[in-house]
Amino acid sequence: MPKDGSSFSLDGQGKPLWLALELTYRCPLKCVWCNNPLDFETYTKHELSTEEWKKVLRESRELGSLQLGFTGGEPMMRDDLEELVGYANELGFYTNLITSGIGLSEQRLLKLKEAGLKQIQLSVQSSRGALTDELVGAKAHEIKIEVAHMIKRHGFPMVLNVPVFKQNVELVEEILALAEEIGVDYLEFANIQYYNWALLNREELLPSLEQLQAAEAAVQRARVRLGKKMTIYFVIPDYFEDRPKACMNGWGAIHLTIAPDGMALPCQESRVIKGLEFVSVRDKPLKWIWEESPLFRKYRGEEWMKEPCRTCPEKEKDFGGCRCQAFLLTGDASNTDPCCSKSPHHHVIEEALKQKDAPFRVQRPLVKRMPGVASVQFME
Amino acid sequence: MCESGAPLPGAPIHMHTQHSDPPSLTDDARPRIARGFRLQWEAAQDSHVLLYPEGMVKLNPSASEILQRCDGAHTFTQIVAELEQRFDATALRADIAAFLNMAHTRHWVDWPSAPSAP
Repeated sequence: MPKDGSSFSLDGQGKPLWLALELTYRCPLKCVWCNNPLDFETYTKHELSTEEWKKVLRESRELGSLQLGFTGGEPMMRDDLEELVGYANELGFYTNLITSGIGLSEQRLLKLKEAGLKQIQLSVQSSRGALTDELVGAKAHEIKIEVAHMIKRHGFPMVLNVPVFKQNVELVEEILALAEEIGVDYLEFANIQYYNWALLNREELLPSLEQLQAAEAAVQRARVRLGKKMTIYFVIPDYFEDRPKACMNGWGAIHLTIAPDGMALPCQESRVIKGLEFVSVRDKPLKWIWEESPLFRKYRGEEWMKEPCRTCPEKEKDFGGCRCQAFLLTGDASNTDPCCSKSPHHHVIEEALKQKDAPFRVQRPLVKRMPGVASVQFME
Repeated sequence: MCESGAPLPGAPIHMHTQHSDPPSLTDDARPRIARGFRLQWEAAQDSHVLLYPEGMVKLNPSASEILQRCDGAHTFTQIVAELEQRFDATALRADIAAFLNMAHTRHWVDWPSAPSAP
């Protein structure tokens, strides 16, 4: 991490500045790109109680956490969300809600505002109702659009977050028009990342390079046309880049996630890495978990790196990419993220991109996120 | 780091992009912390921090002294006077104006255009 002497800098200094609480994995939607675990339903009976979440908030705040995201699953599924937002706000967190919009009634929105909620990230998948409803497996589109208008009406800073994949990548222009009509001031097109349900459905979700370039060109035209009315971000998927993403700004550097069952995670996906010893906030103080636990120390810093990362001049920029992706695609989390063109495993990315266009490819149905659909028993 | 990264990769987010060229900072302009921003003392950082959607900055002492007075009540003239008194200094006006204009460009503060003199 850069240690510059700038007067407006905020170095992590070893603090978990960003805290994400996955309040629950319950969700009324069945999104085929969901990044929750494949066996998400098994967590429900172990969810932390309100008091346990409050303890997490206190302990994390003491460690220096400032930015807080309430996420899930669908965080609106928790009846104590307003109480937790209020508590976090009093502790001095900057509170963000990351929601599908389902369950966010006007009454609850007002309560959240009163509790001190600062910002809402609302997901919208397309400009076409039938397509959204099919992709999320529920009648959700109309509700989402109504919720977007309602959030605007109440003057919340709002990010409209659009996950991008093959099924909606050509609708970028329409989605931009929809966002303009709603009066969104911040729009993010985030190409999905391929973990869990998205990885299961990868072959059917990956867009082509040409589609991405056309989408980015549409975003560029919109930026020129809309000027300062709307800020638009377009996050290119790492599969199409030469270098990996600087995932989480490094393992155990500034990000801390707490899963519904209280496990402390360096990132939301890290449970996909087998052989790691996860520790619950129910069993140990968060300070010990963050500072001392073998899990958080495992890939912190640079000691763990192998070649080509170890001697790479860019290792301080991208930290070797994503540990979870390295594990999922190469079998070893300490390998270089295969998205890097310097990785000896980079061919697995190239093959994935080729596979989806292979002649005689059998198209597969999209697997919706539903309980019991995927068996993970054999993935040890 | 200058501004910590978002949970997902991507550039730090700035809201309120409508006003990127600051309106002129007149003597009776009343700067205030922009909507959606939160200024607070952070013991763990031993400084004030400014929090906003998807980002945060640690403030140096002079920046925090100025921003603490951006409450929509103090005029620019009053802010300058208070700080000159507090630091027993003169001619801080240009520095404070430069900071406020910078802060406005970054959407940390805003000030409604002052009514024109009759």
